Amino acid sequence: MKAVAQALRAHARWRWWEFALLAVLLLSWLLLPGQSLLLNEIAILALFAVSLDLILGYAGIVSLGHAAFFGIGSYAAALFAKLVMPDPWVGMVVAIAVAAVLGALCSVLILRGSDLTRLMVTLGVASILYELANKLDWLTGGADGLQGVVMGPLRTPFGAFEFDLGGRTAYAYTLLVLIICVLVARRLVHSPFGTSLQALRDNRLRAASIGLSVNARLVVVYTVAAAIAGAAGGLLAQTTGFASLDVFDFHRSAEVMLVLVIGGTGYLYGGIFGAIVFKLLHDLISAWTPQYWNFWLGLFLVILVLVGREKLTRPWTWWKKS
Amino acid sequence: MTNSKRFLLKAALGSVIAGHAVLGLAQTGPIKIGLILPMTGQSASTGRQIDAAVKLWMAQNGNKIAGRTVEVILKDDGAVPDATKRIAQELIVNDKVAVIAGFGITPTALATAPLATQSKTPLVVMAAATSSITEASPYIVRTSFTLPQATVAIADWAAKNKIKKAVTLVADYGPGFDAEKFFDSQFRLDGGQILDKLRTPLKAPDFAPVLQRVIDTKPDALFVFLPSGQGAAFMKQFAERGLDKSGVKLIATGDVTDDDQLADMGDVALGVVNSHHYSAAHPSATNKKFVEAFQAANKGMRPNFMAVGGYDGMRVIYKALETTKGAGGEALLNAMKGQIFESPRGPVLIDGQTRDIVQDIYIRKVERVPAMGNGLYNVEFDVIKAVKDPGKAK
Amino acid sequence: MLTLLFDGIAYGMLLFVLAVGLAVTLGLMNFINLAHGAFAMAGGYITVLLMNRLGVPFLATLPLAFLGTALIGALLEPLLYRRLYGKPHLDQVLFSIGIVFMAVTGVDFIIGSTQQNITLPAWLQGRFDISWIGIGKYRLFIIVVCAALAIGLQWMLANTRFGSQLRASVDDPRVAGGLGLNVNRIFLLTFAVGSGLAGLGGALGAEILGLDPSFPLKFMIYFLIVVSVGGTTTLTGPLLAALLLGIADVAGKYYVPKLGAFIVYTLMIVILLLRPQGLFARAGGGK
Repeated sequence: MKAVAQALRAHARWRWWEFALLAVLLLSWLLLPGQSLLLNEIAILALFAVSLDLILGYAGIVSLGHAAFFGIGSYAAALFAKLVMPDPWVGMVVAIAVAAVLGALCSVLILRGSDLTRLMVTLGVASILYELANKLDWLTGGADGLQGVVMGPLRTPFGAFEFDLGGRTAYAYTLLVLIICVLVARRLVHSPFGTSLQALRDNRLRAASIGLSVNARLVVVYTVAAAIAGAAGGLLAQTTGFASLDVFDFHRSAEVMLVLVIGGTGYLYGGIFGAIVFKLLHDLISAWTPQYWNFWLGLFLVILVLVGREKLTRPWTWWKKS
Repeated sequence: MTNSKRFLLKAALGSVIAGHAVLGLAQTGPIKIGLILPMTGQSASTGRQIDAAVKLWMAQNGNKIAGRTVEVILKDDGAVPDATKRIAQELIVNDKVAVIAGFGITPTALATAPLATQSKTPLVVMAAATSSITEASPYIVRTSFTLPQATVAIADWAAKNKIKKAVTLVADYGPGFDAEKFFDSQFRLDGGQILDKLRTPLKAPDFAPVLQRVIDTKPDALFVFLPSGQGAAFMKQFAERGLDKSGVKLIATGDVTDDDQLADMGDVALGVVNSHHYSAAHPSATNKKFVEAFQAANKGMRPNFMAVGGYDGMRVIYKALETTKGAGGEALLNAMKGQIFESPRGPVLIDGQTRDIVQDIYIRKVERVPAMGNGLYNVEFDVIKAVKDPGKAK
Repeated sequence: MLTLLFDGIAYGMLLFVLAVGLAVTLGLMNFINLAHGAFAMAGGYITVLLMNRLGVPFLATLPLAFLGTALIGALLEPLLYRRLYGKPHLDQVLFSIGIVFMAVTGVDFIIGSTQQNITLPAWLQGRFDISWIGIGKYRLFIIVVCAALAIGLQWMLANTRFGSQLRASVDDPRVAGGLGLNVNRIFLLTFAVGSGLAGLGGALGAEILGLDPSFPLKFMIYFLIVVSVGGTTTLTGPLLAALLLGIADVAGKYYVPKLGAFIVYTLMIVILLLRPQGLFARAGGGK
């Protein structure tokens, strides 16, 4: 028993590359001030992808509608700033809370059925939210988007910082939220709960037969993932100063799934690596051929799946015969 | 952070922002114009047309102003507003553009408005058509059109041409609601009666149910607003149900008979009366030259109202830059206001107060024009001169 | 309104023909093929190009659309799809999304992104008015063709040897293989026919649903709804689901236009909640 506990604890210890990643993130803010806007976008996408990893990589739920939570967090934060108070911290808490509630409600829908059923249900929820946001245009601004969101300054123990034109405050804020959420997620997956999740993902029937409460675990992880996705959406709304219907769109759900797959599922940091690689590739290829970026992306995906996804994050396996 | 550091940071930020206003004085390098267009996604045809028009302008007018080279930086935003905003921010802060232009759909322009104000960079809207855009920032100038301009014109024409009862059908999104509102108010002002207001979803539309409603209601005319691209499918179904022979007149804004697609729509489009600010068949010498040059440079592609918005946008930018000798900021904005010139569409004025475009709106009918290869064109038969945007006229 | 019912049935039958290939692929190969819409688009473009560029009459283009798309399917199945049968669903989703992106941008590049329009032959235009029902000629044509296809498919499944081999393979591929059936060949044929049907559906639908490079993305969700609600173990399941979807969509937009699109999504979620295997699935043999 002691050996098992020790093994699990060793698994949960901080690795050198986790520290390195943290250092790189912090340094990027210091050393690349001119790229803050792009980096901010990458960090938000990374957070969104990490939240998807919790349900896809750790619990095995294939979702094509994760943008539902991203979007609701976005609109919640934007509406809160516009109608109640412009403080970013409180707005972030609100966005997370709203997304978590929605996540808890939706978690009921994904408990039963096959992969296809879950795919359709998640897709359906995101589509319904899109239509709702479109219809309730007196509240959400409809297709024109929610304008006039002016964020107040970020109050910290070091002073109050306005969101500047160059995006440096925004990026610092996003990094902070990203790091906090990743720490929370990390704590979750390295706990007994996290281990049971992986058992569930690998073989649900067997997990249930040894007494794990499958449904309860799914509900919890889905809610947490929704909350973190909501945080990412809230960050988008707060750092860009508006929210539009686009946050619920299918391409957001598809994009985040691609990002996560590129980075690798199941070890929590795939979202971050995937976001960096994806966005940089996008910027690069778009500058060269803006209209046909999707073609190369599609080709990349096809090849990736054919040769095997794991090969992307393990370059040393490229020349080995599998 | 200590007080002095905080002060330094604020001073640095402040000077960066203020610096843009006085940028022109210090610059001898190229003058940069940021062009943000949807080159991918649903609105890609808009981007394509405007890009072609901008290139045509530069080919015809050279790329030197006040001794400096003019450089257009084209970026694709895919019509995703937060991408537009980020791209605009980078163009302003990193590339130090003198002006940002383009904006295929309304939310992208609205999202970028605060940036224009904050950085004192003029923003030229070449495509988006919602009235409220020019009110979102004092630095916004528009060279496209507003939907209310076109809608009010056709509503007025309808009421004065024996149409007493109408049904409106619009796509279920912002511009659609606008079209519905303005048609309704103008038509009823002229003494008409609106029998029903119908909506169709923006994605994957099936017109069967709404057309059934039209048949049931039996109006004199059906007013339609649909985004460019859905026009052909709609008109086919309209004809399929025998509505064209049942005495219900089909009237619309020109988005339904967009020049970009009109040639391929087939005979179902014949006879549709619509209102718009530009037709490729506009019989002026300026337009003939424009269309010929455009088609020559783009493998026979016909320019549409988006292209003319881009072409005139470049005209406004160029003339303004010549006046300020390459300087940007508020001086550049002022040089854009009040410009009055002959565009391929007709005479055009950039209103000094509202910074919006004042132009002639034509009432046209779709016909085959033997002189132009017997293709389908919007042939103008009536005009309302110098229409200001009704969305603001109050 | 009977006319509405008629329209809804036409729409539903069209959806059925479009989606039946997807249902069979999913049921047979357990492969979530989100690129199914791309095959439909291919068929649509074959018809449009043949009609507009080569002047081929409409009716003649239909079997060509079917064959052309079936050929594409027959090529892609052994080359690409077959390697992915055992893989997890996530991989299949990613792969098929990749194919869709390539198809969409490829078509955009080669043909352009504008809506494609065809002109139907005169005998298919217009409508009959029989007392209070208006019957569009083209919609009637669609119903007739699709019904014939549905009956033909059902007959083939129930009465031919290939049909029973197919049913056996769907129920349990391993046992079927063990009994000597050439499962690979069955998969190939089925995939080809399924894609061909999608192509035919795309060709028939070009007039009603429109055709542009974003067709697969716009309609994918409808095909998926038909398949997930109808289940993948029978032919009548997707047929009824498609009809239900067609009628609900059309009626919903007529009677409750404010709710419009909601109805379809909400209905789907409710159905899937109550019967996760689909409305008409046979019990057991679960996947």
